[in-house]
Amino acid sequence: MADTNPSPDGYVEHAPGYVVNGGPTLLTSRFPFEDSYTLERSMQTGGYVGLRVALARTPAEVHDEVRQATLLGRGGAGFPAGVKWGFCPEGVWPRYLVVNGDESEPGTYKDRLLMERDPHQLIEGCLITCYALGLSQCFLYVRGEMALAQERIAVALNEAYEADLIGSNILGSDFSVDIVLHWGAGAYIVGEETALIESLEGNRGMPRLKPPYFPAAIGLYGQPTIVNNVETLSNLPWIMENGADAYKGYGSEASPGTRLFAVSGHVQRPGVYEVEQGVTTFRDLFYGDNYCQGIRDGNELKMFIPGGGSAPWFFGEHLDLPLEARGVSEAGSMLGSGAIVVMDETTDAVKACLRLVRFYANESCGKCAPCREGTSWEHKILQRIYDGEGRPSDIDLLLSVGNHISPGPYPVASFDAADLEAVPFPPAQTTICPLGPSAVAPITSAIRRFRHEFEALITRRDSIPVAAEAGA
Amino acid sequence: MSDGAPVEITVNGSTVAARPGELLIDACERTGTYIPRFCHHPRMEPVGMCRMCLVEVDTGRGPALQPSCMLTCSPGMQVDTESERTRSAQDGVLELLLVNHPLDCPVCDKGGECPLQDQTMTFGPGESRYVEEKRHFVKPIPVNTNVLLDRERCVLCDRCTRFADQVAGDRLIHFLERGSRTQVNTFPGEPFSSYFSGNTVQICPVGALTAVPFRFKARPWDLEEVESTSVLDSVGSRISVQSSRGRVLRFMGLDSDAVNWGWLSDRERFVFEAYDHPDRLTGPLLSGGAAGGQDPKGSTQVLATWADALGATAEALSGTDPDRIAVLGGSRLTNESQYAWAKLAKGTLGTDNVDAQLGDGLPVEVLLGLPRATIDEACTPGGTIVLLGPDPKEELGSLYLRLRHAVVHDGATLIELTPHATGLTGIATHSIRVLPGEAAGVVRAMFQGGTGDVAAAGAVISSGGPVTVLWGRTSLAETDGLVVDAAMALLEHVPDVGFLSLLRRGNVHGALDMGMSPGFLPGRTTIEASGDKFENVWSCLPGETGLGCVAALEAAAAGDIDVLVLLGADILADLPDHDLARRALEQAGTVVAVDLFVTSTVECADIVLAAAAPTEVDGSFTNLEGRISVVARGSSPPGTSRPDWMIAVELAERLGTDLGFTSLDGIWSELASVSAVHADLSLNLIRASGTEGLLAKGQMPLAMPPVTEVPDATESTLRLVVTRSMFDNGVLNAHSNALAGLAPGAGIRVEPSDLDRLGLEDGSTVEISGPRGEHIAEVVASTQVMAGTAHVLFNQDGLDAGRLIDASMPVIDVRLVKAR
Repeated sequence: MADTNPSPDGYVEHAPGYVVNGGPTLLTSRFPFEDSYTLERSMQTGGYVGLRVALARTPAEVHDEVRQATLLGRGGAGFPAGVKWGFCPEGVWPRYLVVNGDESEPGTYKDRLLMERDPHQLIEGCLITCYALGLSQCFLYVRGEMALAQERIAVALNEAYEADLIGSNILGSDFSVDIVLHWGAGAYIVGEETALIESLEGNRGMPRLKPPYFPAAIGLYGQPTIVNNVETLSNLPWIMENGADAYKGYGSEASPGTRLFAVSGHVQRPGVYEVEQGVTTFRDLFYGDNYCQGIRDGNELKMFIPGGGSAPWFFGEHLDLPLEARGVSEAGSMLGSGAIVVMDETTDAVKACLRLVRFYANESCGKCAPCREGTSWEHKILQRIYDGEGRPSDIDLLLSVGNHISPGPYPVASFDAADLEAVPFPPAQTTICPLGPSAVAPITSAIRRFRHEFEALITRRDSIPVAAEAGA
Repeated sequence: MSDGAPVEITVNGSTVAARPGELLIDACERTGTYIPRFCHHPRMEPVGMCRMCLVEVDTGRGPALQPSCMLTCSPGMQVDTESERTRSAQDGVLELLLVNHPLDCPVCDKGGECPLQDQTMTFGPGESRYVEEKRHFVKPIPVNTNVLLDRERCVLCDRCTRFADQVAGDRLIHFLERGSRTQVNTFPGEPFSSYFSGNTVQICPVGALTAVPFRFKARPWDLEEVESTSVLDSVGSRISVQSSRGRVLRFMGLDSDAVNWGWLSDRERFVFEAYDHPDRLTGPLLSGGAAGGQDPKGSTQVLATWADALGATAEALSGTDPDRIAVLGGSRLTNESQYAWAKLAKGTLGTDNVDAQLGDGLPVEVLLGLPRATIDEACTPGGTIVLLGPDPKEELGSLYLRLRHAVVHDGATLIELTPHATGLTGIATHSIRVLPGEAAGVVRAMFQGGTGDVAAAGAVISSGGPVTVLWGRTSLAETDGLVVDAAMALLEHVPDVGFLSLLRRGNVHGALDMGMSPGFLPGRTTIEASGDKFENVWSCLPGETGLGCVAALEAAAAGDIDVLVLLGADILADLPDHDLARRALEQAGTVVAVDLFVTSTVECADIVLAAAAPTEVDGSFTNLEGRISVVARGSSPPGTSRPDWMIAVELAERLGTDLGFTSLDGIWSELASVSAVHADLSLNLIRASGTEGLLAKGQMPLAMPPVTEVPDATESTLRLVVTRSMFDNGVLNAHSNALAGLAPGAGIRVEPSDLDRLGLEDGSTVEISGPRGEHIAEVVASTQVMAGTAHVLFNQDGLDAGRLIDASMPVIDVRLVKAR
C-alpha cells in the first residue's frame, strides 16, 4: 500500500491514515496539524481545558457528567464507561486506572492514531478519569509494535510532567496522579483486559478466569482496577469542556457521540474516519464522497467485516445498517473496535477465512484447551483445503470443531437468497476469553455464504487426499 | 472445615448439601458425582485451563456451560453433569486434548493409571477425526537429573508449573511459546533444581513428566500398593509404597490432611532406591576377632550364620556390667522395634546407657515437657510461627511446604531466629540473625529492651494470635542448652505457646516415646515416675540414670564401655563430633552394629547384624507431632536380614530370657499395658485411622533445665555454624542413584565484610583452626550468613565439618587465615 502519511520526523506511518471528512471532530480536531502531538499545539487548541473544568467540580460531579453522557466503551464490548467506573467494591484501596492501548484486532488502527497524533488528549482523559474516581496511579499499556505511539506518549508524558499537568498537586490543586508507560511484548491476547493486567504485573499474558475476577473488583495486583480503551478516554476532554448534553447531540440516543472507524481493504480511500454513531450507514461510509469513495476499480462488494477480524461477516444486504452497536449485533455481528475490512468480488473467500484463522491460531495464548488445539486444527484443515487436499467431510468438520470452541448456533448474518436468518451476537464459548470463538467467526460466515467455494477447492483435486475419509 | 450452614444445590435432579465456599467440582465428587478434570488439583488454586470440567449450570439466568473447578456453590444452583450439552462439551474437549497428544500409550509409563486414558474411555469420543500431522518435540528432555519431560504428551494443565510456583516456590518451569506450540520448559541453563520436583511427576495427569527411577520399570497394573509412612525424616509423610515382583519401585505421596497433603521432598520420594541397592547387607558379619581369629580388631568381616552372630553378641553381653554396655541410635527403627530394643537394653540387660539422638538432639525432659503443637496448629491461618531451629526446607521438606503454604496462602506470620538465611527467609515477616549462643538474649530483647526488627517481632508474637515455636538445633556446632534457654524464654513470655520439635532423624520421636533415652521408659515417663507398671512385664529396671550419646561415647573412648551396640547409627559420618566417634570406636570393647549397609562405622564393628529396611517391615512410626501412623512392607528383606525387633527377641533368647512377645500385636498389647500414652491404642486402630494416623497425647511435667553459659564472641574469631542440607553423603543418599550426586559440597561461607576484615577473598583457600586442629578449605562470600559466623554444611565433600566440632563445648569459635 502507498505510504500516504509520511510523518514530519521521518517515520513512515503504516497507511492508511486519518482522513478529514467534514463531519464533527470530537476526537480528531488536532489531527490535521503536523505537530498535533506536541504540548504546545495542544495548549493552543484547547488542550487540558477539560481537565481544568473537571478540577473545578467535585469528583462525583465529573463522574455523573460521564454517566449522563452515556459514553460507551470503544474497546469492543461497548459497555458504558460511567457505569463501569461504579463497579469498584466500596472501601478497597488503592485502585488503579489501566489504559488499554494494546490495539491489535486485525483491521484496527484507530487507537494507534489517537496515541500518535494526540497523546495529550489521551493523557487529559486519563487525568479526568483519575480525578473522578479518586485514583492516583495510572498505567498506560501500549502495544509492543507501536514504536511511534510509545515514543510520542513518552515525550508527551514528560512534557505534561514538566508543565505540572501530571504528578503532585496538578495545576495547584490537591489532586496528584502518576502515569506509567508500559510497553507490551507483542501478543494479541494482551488486548484482553485481564491478560493485559497479567502482563502488566510481569507475568505471561494469559487471561484470568472470570467470574469472579472482573478487574473492577480484583484487578492489577489484586486491587480494584478500571480498564478503559484509548478512544474511550480520549472522549473525556471534549465531554468535560462541552458537557454531556452537547455530547448527546451527536450520534443516536442509544449510542451518542462519534466513533472512529478504521476502514481498510478494497475501497478507494481507506483510512480512519470520525463518524457519528447510529446516523451514518455502512453504505454512506463505503460509497460516500466524504468517506471511502466506493469500492476499488468500480468492483462489486463481496463481503465486509464490520468490527475487526473477530466479527462475523456482512454482505451487500447489510449495507444500510447504521453504524451502531445494537443493530449490528442483532444482525449477527459486532461493531467491536470499529475496524471495517472491505473485500470486493476478486476476493477468495476461503483464503480470506484461512488468513484470519491463521492469525487466531498463532495468537492463541495456549491457556485453555479448546482455543489452543481447536484454532490450530481449524487452521490446518483450512490450509489443506486451500492447498487442494480437502475432503468433502472437511467442511462439516470445520463447523464441528468450531462447535467445540463455541457450542450452539454461532452468530452469523442473514442470507436472504438462501432464506437463512441471522443469529445474533455474541457466541457461546467453552473457552476463558473470546479469542477462541473469534476464529470460528470467519469459518461460519464463509461456509454459510460461500460453501460452493470450499466445495470447488475440494472437488478440483489434482492430488491424492492425505488420508481416508474419517468415519461419520 | 468451613463454618456456616450447608449450601443446597441440585445435581442431576438430586439435592446435595455443599459446604460453604466449596467448589462445585469438589462438592459433586464428595457426594458421588465425578466430573472429569485435568488441571484441577485440590491442593492448588484453580486455574480453569483444561475446560474438561465444564458442566451445565443454571444459577437463575438459564443453563450455561461453566467450569466447575472455578465455580463456588451458591444456593439453588441447578447442575446437570449428564446433559446433552455437558456431554458434548466434554466430548469436544477430549477430542481437542487428543489432537496433539501422541497415542504412545503402549510405551508410556502412565498407561494404566492415566487420567487422560481413563477419561477418554469414559467421556471421550471413540475415535479421532484428526488426520493432520501432530506437533513434534524432542522427547523426552531432562528438566533435572530425576525428572524427564515429554512435551508431546503434555496437555498443558498447568499443574506442574503451578506446583513449582504456588507450592514449592521454585518458579523454574514455565510455559513458553504460544498457541498449539505452547510448551512447558525450563529457561536455558536453569534446570528445575527443586527439592520437590518429584511431586510434578505424581500430579501430571498424563505421561509428560516421568521420574527416572521408575521409568520403564513396571506397568501400573502390575504394581502392588501398601499405605505406609516415610521414615526418612521425622515429618512422617504418608506414602504409598508400590512394588512389583518383590521390588519396591516407587513411593507416591498420600494426601494426609494433617501431615503432608500428598507432597514429598525428592529425598523422601527417591530414597527407596537405596533400600534396593545391591550393597545391602544380606546376612550377619563377624570380624576376624569375633569369629575367633587372633586380631581383636580384625578388619576383615566375613558372612556368618545368625546362630554364630547372635551367639557372639550374647557372649559379649552376658556377664558384662550393665554400666559398661551402651545402646545408641534407633531412629530408623519402627516403634515396635524400638520398644523391643528398649526392653532388651533396659529391662533385660539393665543398662540405662541408651540414647537415640546421636549428638544433635534436644533434652527429652524438656521436649516432652513443653506444650506440644501439631503441624495444623502451627499452620493455623493468621497464626504466628517462630522458627528457632534448623532450616525446614533443608531438613524436613514436606513440613516446609506446609509452612510455606500457611505463610503465603493462609496469612500466617513467620518470624525466624536463625544464624543464616533459610528457605523461609524470603517469606518471613521478621528474619532475625542470631549469633550462636545469643538466642535466649534475643528472645528476651523481643519482649523487653529490643529495637527495630527484634522489637517488632516481639510485638507480633505478643499480639494475641496463636503462636507456635518450631524448635531444634540451629547449628550442630552448638550445644542443645542454647536453644533450650531460648525456648524457655519464649515459654515465659508467650501464654499458650505451642512447640513443634524439629528433630529430624526418622523415628526419633518414637524412640523418645519408647524410652530410648537415659532415665526414661516407654510412655513418656522417667524411671522414677514409672511406678510399678513395669514390674510384672520387665525382668529388671536400670538403677542410676545412664549416659546419653555423647557421654557414652566419651566413656567408650576412655575404655569404659565393653559392648557398644549401634542401632542404624553411622557415627563416623553422622555424629557431629567425628573425632569423638573415631576414638569411641577404637577404644570400645565389642562393637555390635545393626544396620543395612557396611558404612564406615559398620566396618569398625566386630559383629554386624543385618536389619530389614523400612520398606521391608510392618509396624508403626511416630512423627514430630507424636502422630502414630502405619509402616507397611512392600518387599522382603534381602538374604536373611530381618526386622530389628526380631533381632532383639532372638538375642534375648540367646541371653536366656524371653522378651515376652513374638509378634507386633504382642508388642502392642504389652506396650498398651505399660504406657499411659499408648494405653488406648493398638496397631489395628492405627491401621484403621487411614491417612491421618492417631495422635499420641501425654505431656510430662516440665523440669526447668539449667542455663548454659556461653563465652563472648571475639574480634579475631568467627563462630562456627554447621547445618545439614537436603542432600548429603549419608548412606541412604549415597546409595540412591537419584540422590547420589545432588549433595552440594562444603565450603566455608563467610559474610563479605568479615572476609574484608580478615583480608580474605571469595574463593581463597584458607586454614580453619578450632578446638579440633587445623583444616584447609575454600571460603565463599555469602550474604546469606551472619557477620561474625563461619557456616559449613555437614557431611559433604570438601571440608569435613564433623572434624571441626568438639561436642563438649557450648559453641565453637574458629580462626580463618589465608593458607600458605
